[in-house]
Amino acid sequence: MQASTAYQQRSSDFIRGIQAGLSIAIGYMPVALTYGLLAKTTGLSLFETIAMSMFVYAGAAQYITLSLLAIGTGALEIVFTIFIVNIRHLLMSASVNEKVEEDSIWKKALYAFGITDETFTVAATREGTVTTGFMFGLCLVAYSSWVIFSGAGHLIGSALPQTLQEAMGVALYAMFIGLLVPSVKKQRKVLYLAVVAAVLNSLFTVMNFSAGWSIVMATLISAVSIEILTGKGEKPVE
Amino acid sequence: MNESVILIILGMAVVTYIPRMVPLVFFNSEHIHPKVQNILKNVPFAILGALIFPGILTINEDIWFGIVGAAAAFIAAYFGANLIFVVLSSIAVLSVYAYFI
Repeated sequence: MQASTAYQQRSSDFIRGIQAGLSIAIGYMPVALTYGLLAKTTGLSLFETIAMSMFVYAGAAQYITLSLLAIGTGALEIVFTIFIVNIRHLLMSASVNEKVEEDSIWKKALYAFGITDETFTVAATREGTVTTGFMFGLCLVAYSSWVIFSGAGHLIGSALPQTLQEAMGVALYAMFIGLLVPSVKKQRKVLYLAVVAAVLNSLFTVMNFSAGWSIVMATLISAVSIEILTGKGEKPVE
Repeated sequence: MNESVILIILGMAVVTYIPRMVPLVFFNSEHIHPKVQNILKNVPFAILGALIFPGILTINEDIWFGIVGAAAAFIAAYFGANLIFVVLSSIAVLSVYAYFI
């Protein structure tokens, strides 16, 4: 009886993860379709296009790689650039590690592959501890969308009507706003954190910092300075 | 099949996976100073701000495109709409906007 309850708990966490990931799946669709189409015009085969989405699974990195391949950049330079672009995952992985339940390192090592800007923000803004089952559901649905629509983009181009494709480009941003607003309503500190990082990131972008460093530095400066300014008076964010 | 592209993909896969995996697998919460833990708890909200701006202003040549989409998402979220409804209403409002502009 006990075992079956535990099993039900795990499977319902997995389902909840899938539900939470649906917004990401919708948001990835136009981005992945466009990636697939660009990969084709850059000269990548269908196999290479899908392989990059399957094994790298990082939107910004894949777009940058296509533009570097197009201008004939060398392999080492590409790999190094991608490393810099993805440094921010280090920060996300460390932060989500404070949020997830303890589990075997093998399971954590497996879902770690699914950490993206989107899965991270969805998991990290949930209330309470996040279970392994939830992480697997969340990452699986996002990953499937990314891989499937990358391939579809190469095969059929962007099959969506132009206006819808353009409108869907807002999806991931709308999701980020949808994740932020409820927390802002609960705690003023969240607003400070987001606004400071947004202003800094805009500033660094105008100053032509690379996208990878810009986000990492804006996030770190905001997270540290707001902690120093409000840490004593306010409780930690939830 | 182009061998160098496959090699590049493998190299990218390694340097992308390592930063994702190392903290989750090797960091032990109990050994992290509480102040650092609090800073790590701040990270999601700071990163959301950085992910939204300035990116949302550049999704279309028309800067209002992003602003209208953001406003729609904000209103839906402010009134407590489910996340997927926030996303869909922003897309719906922009579809109408794109149709008429």
